[in-house]
Amino acid sequence: MAEKKSKLSIIVWSGTVDKLYPAAILTSAAASGGWEVELFFTFWGLNSIRKDMLDVAQRQIDRSYEQYAQAAAEAISKMGFPKWYELLAQAKGMGNVRIFACSTTMEMFGIKEKTALADFVDEVVGAATFLERAKDSTITLFI
Amino acid sequence: MSTARTLDVRGKFCPIPVMETSKAINEVPVGGILEVLATDPAAEPDIKAWAQRTGHEVVQVEKAEGYIRILVKRLK
Repeated sequence: MAEKKSKLSIIVWSGTVDKLYPAAILTSAAASGGWEVELFFTFWGLNSIRKDMLDVAQRQIDRSYEQYAQAAAEAISKMGFPKWYELLAQAKGMGNVRIFACSTTMEMFGIKEKTALADFVDEVVGAATFLERAKDSTITLFI
Repeated sequence: MSTARTLDVRGKFCPIPVMETSKAINEVPVGGILEVLATDPAAEPDIKAWAQRTGHEVVQVEKAEGYIRILVKRLK
């Protein structure tokens, strides 16, 4: 059977691990199946891909569920599950995954250089670029 | 059925079994069988969905003691 062309686009707005994992897991599954994936990190999502925030985000959970933060962290560690950003880096290594950082948020957070962000970031872009790249997506999510 | 390679992802959870299967299939010759051993309850439906999408074939699924054995044939 011919490979169906599919494309997943996600605006990653959240910076807590309970949302970053779903984004990373969907990206990994999609990359494994040969999907094109476009990720646009903005606001708290962008904050979490600062090199010094990757592990901080790993421990952060949405406030509504904060009583579960420690239990979740322990469970993830016991499962031997990769960290959210490791999963993303692996997904990138195996498929057609492009990762973008929002320029406006960078300015807002005082991030001057792309080098302050995780190495898996491809490019600093704006909303117009993301819209143009995502317009033919099969699945589009805001997480 | 003779298998060209065995991938043991027992104890690993979604999406790791699919990711590892996707890598391992390339190490099997076309027409060869990749044997996947998994405990994740999602492994069977997920690997079937992945195979359908990528054009490979799940030729056999067997329940073993505490895990599942999935045979994937590389078709291209």
